[in-house]
Amino acid sequence: MASTSLDRKPRLLQVLDVLSALLMLGAIYMVFFYAPMERVMGQVQRLFYFHVASAWVSMAVLIVAAILGIVYLIRPQHKWDIWAVACIELGLVYAFICVTTGSIWARPAWNTWWTWDPRVVTFTILILVYLAYMLLRQGIEDPQRRARFGAIYAILAAVTVPLTFFSIRIWRTLHPVVIGSGDPSAQGTFDMTRPMLHTLLFSLLAFSIFGFTLLWHRVRLGWLADKVEQLRMKALGR
Amino acid sequence: MASFVSAIWAILRKDIAAEWRSRQLVTAMLVFVVLVIFIFAFTLDIDTLTRRQIAAGVLWTTFAFAGTLGLNRTLASEGERGSLDGLLLAPVERSAIYFGKTLANLFFMLVVEIFTLPLYAVFYDMSLAQPGLWLVLLLGSWCFCSVGTLLAAMAAQARSRELLLPVLLLPMALPVLVAAVRASSAFVNGLGLEYAQASLNILVVYGLIMPALGFMFFDFIVEE
Repeated sequence: MASTSLDRKPRLLQVLDVLSALLMLGAIYMVFFYAPMERVMGQVQRLFYFHVASAWVSMAVLIVAAILGIVYLIRPQHKWDIWAVACIELGLVYAFICVTTGSIWARPAWNTWWTWDPRVVTFTILILVYLAYMLLRQGIEDPQRRARFGAIYAILAAVTVPLTFFSIRIWRTLHPVVIGSGDPSAQGTFDMTRPMLHTLLFSLLAFSIFGFTLLWHRVRLGWLADKVEQLRMKALGR
Repeated sequence: MASFVSAIWAILRKDIAAEWRSRQLVTAMLVFVVLVIFIFAFTLDIDTLTRRQIAAGVLWTTFAFAGTLGLNRTLASEGERGSLDGLLLAPVERSAIYFGKTLANLFFMLVVEIFTLPLYAVFYDMSLAQPGLWLVLLLGSWCFCSVGTLLAAMAAQARSRELLLPVLLLPMALPVLVAAVRASSAFVNGLGLEYAQASLNILVVYGLIMPALGFMFFDFIVEE
């Protein structure tokens, strides 16, 4: 990527900024005013739309990070590493949002802030795994080795996280399955009405576009940080 | 293929011979495990029935921590003596080094397990005469070492290596620990194979995937 195109914010990104702001406002409006109140759980069920959307974004970007890891190992180019880091940071933030909203919802629905449900534990472990990724990167000076180790670690993480889920799933699960067929023993499940489904789909769209916009910003930040580093090396070299 | 196996065997023998001369690592791991058994026994001051129920969890927590100690040394010791370069220059496939190191780690971990299991049997009122439990110990340790050797090779090249390895390894090894505890618990409490089956499946899957990834990626990790 040429250095001049970095200095100015791309046109498309500006459009995306505005678009994601509008979509997020729209999603908030739909969650509070369009979606009906759930009969049993009441207001707290409205968390569901953002909970599912943030889970979706974090899963999607973390899978993309693992794919970028494979791409990097095949073709070691710096840009893949910048994208992968951006994906993982974003995935961490969204995973955190997901666990937090889930915990707030679980207090009235399951009568506890925390439970050892497979999905809950898996998401928490996922956060720990990717925090360790950040620590690993911090500990390595050489940028190429850092990128290589990051790529390998992202792939390993993408393999272990599903295994964690299955290993804990052997226990019974409490988590409701709202989409698709649910386990009758799950607590806090409900049937979605049509406006609820619309709201969920709209939040998924809004979160996806907002997530992509953030990702792009983070990638740009990565490029700019690199450029600053290069300029500093140049200045120090003189 | 024959040269690959003989390279693995050579590395395994080299590591065991080096350890046999100093006996530092296994001794430290053994003392550590004994200490942890005592600490658990004192801090969890509980009745016999509960003690038996949590025995498998205590067992695997201890082995995982002791295993981490061992893994930390596996490549760090090579780096200190500068012998890693020699190893990398040897005309063998790099992945043979990975498997050799994994097997050496597995060997040390199993030695520690064999020596400390009688203590567990005494303190936690477990019966050891259960082939199922041995199978779980072997499988679980293999899974733990296969991912641990890979991560240790990465951590050894980072700044705070001894600190970094547990942070990298424990969340990654969680499926192994959960499945191994579940399966061991089933055998210890005499529930039999059908209760352990699902957990054993997880261990087998993990124990196949991780070495395969190590086989593919070890080259990239030690590449210079």
